[in-house]
Amino acid sequence: MVQLTLPKNSRMGEGKVWDKPEGATNLREYRVYRWSPDDGRNPRIDTYYVDMDDCGPMVLDALIYIKNNIDPTLTFRRSCREGICGSCAMNIDGTNTLACTKGADECQDEIVKIYPLPHMPVVKDLVPDLTRFYAQHRSIEPWLKTTTPEPAKEWLQSHEDRQKLDGLYECILCACCSTSCPSYWWNGDRYLGPAILLQAYRWLIDSRDEATGERLDNLEDPFRLYRCHTIMNCSQTCPKGLNPAKAIAEIKKMMVERRV
Amino acid sequence: MANADFKANRPLSPHLQVYRLILTMLMSILHRITGAGLYFGTILMAFWLICAASGPEAYEFANGVFGSWIGRLILFGFTWALVHHMLGGLRHFVWDMGRGFQLEAANWMAKATIIGSVSLTILLWIIGYVVR
Repeated sequence: MVQLTLPKNSRMGEGKVWDKPEGATNLREYRVYRWSPDDGRNPRIDTYYVDMDDCGPMVLDALIYIKNNIDPTLTFRRSCREGICGSCAMNIDGTNTLACTKGADECQDEIVKIYPLPHMPVVKDLVPDLTRFYAQHRSIEPWLKTTTPEPAKEWLQSHEDRQKLDGLYECILCACCSTSCPSYWWNGDRYLGPAILLQAYRWLIDSRDEATGERLDNLEDPFRLYRCHTIMNCSQTCPKGLNPAKAIAEIKKMMVERRV
Repeated sequence: MANADFKANRPLSPHLQVYRLILTMLMSILHRITGAGLYFGTILMAFWLICAASGPEAYEFANGVFGSWIGRLILFGFTWALVHHMLGGLRHFVWDMGRGFQLEAANWMAKATIIGSVSLTILLWIIGYVVR
């Protein structure tokens, strides 16, 4: 259902303006979404000043700087700090991306604004609840399905067939694309969203997989697949430069082609 | 759906409120708005046809309504909605064939749609006034 405004408990207020670090000359202002399950208050936006001379170049460096030097209660996920784990996906400077690969100098606005991934239940601060996202991934059965007897060594694949997986296997399931998609915002309970559909296509196009028909049957649904209206937010925001919108279009094409 | 987990009273993170407006996203919204506008335009069309069928007086009345400056403004908007929605449809046609998904291509098509719809609308009206 389309609800353009935020529910009452989700409306954001002004938060605390934290002291500027002493003696710093090169400051950058960061406004960060805060919410804690423990105090019964609505979400609020805290203001921090980061000493850019004492901080790494990425937005994740700034968040770590804030946590280490200003406010240890600030909560966010991070792990690999090199764009391969997908933990630090969040909304930075108006688009979804990975904090670890987004340079502070790439932010268009002078004040860097950081929110959790959009239209998701918040666990705390910048940590969204991805339970449903993972359940949807499970629903497309993201593993090799075969009926022929297993080969003695391994399932072989030609170079050409392997190349079909390029642009798909690189997806790290960070959920940036799905949570950038207005269709997923309004119908996320029934529409699978770009990330999961790209994963679905990754198995549909795999020459070794033998469940193509069954997979397509599972997707042939007004909501699961066809809520994609080619808004293109997914492809515009993917921090890995992948193209979920194109993958979804390829699935739609497969649906038509198998009928003619 | 407002799908925050209300049992834990978890808030829903902001979406439209904070997301930067992207050209292709704007075009999708415009496609919807113009599509809805066409329903309204079709009612105008039906009104004009009914008046034409009802006799010369009613026809004169309809022409008077559409000929007034506000009537012309609404018709101009209807023309734009029609042309814009048609070009948007062509864009979707290209996408349905699996083409035009590279970001440069998608952004180019978005710009072409908006520039094309405005210029075509103005052109149609110029032609309309010239042949009148």
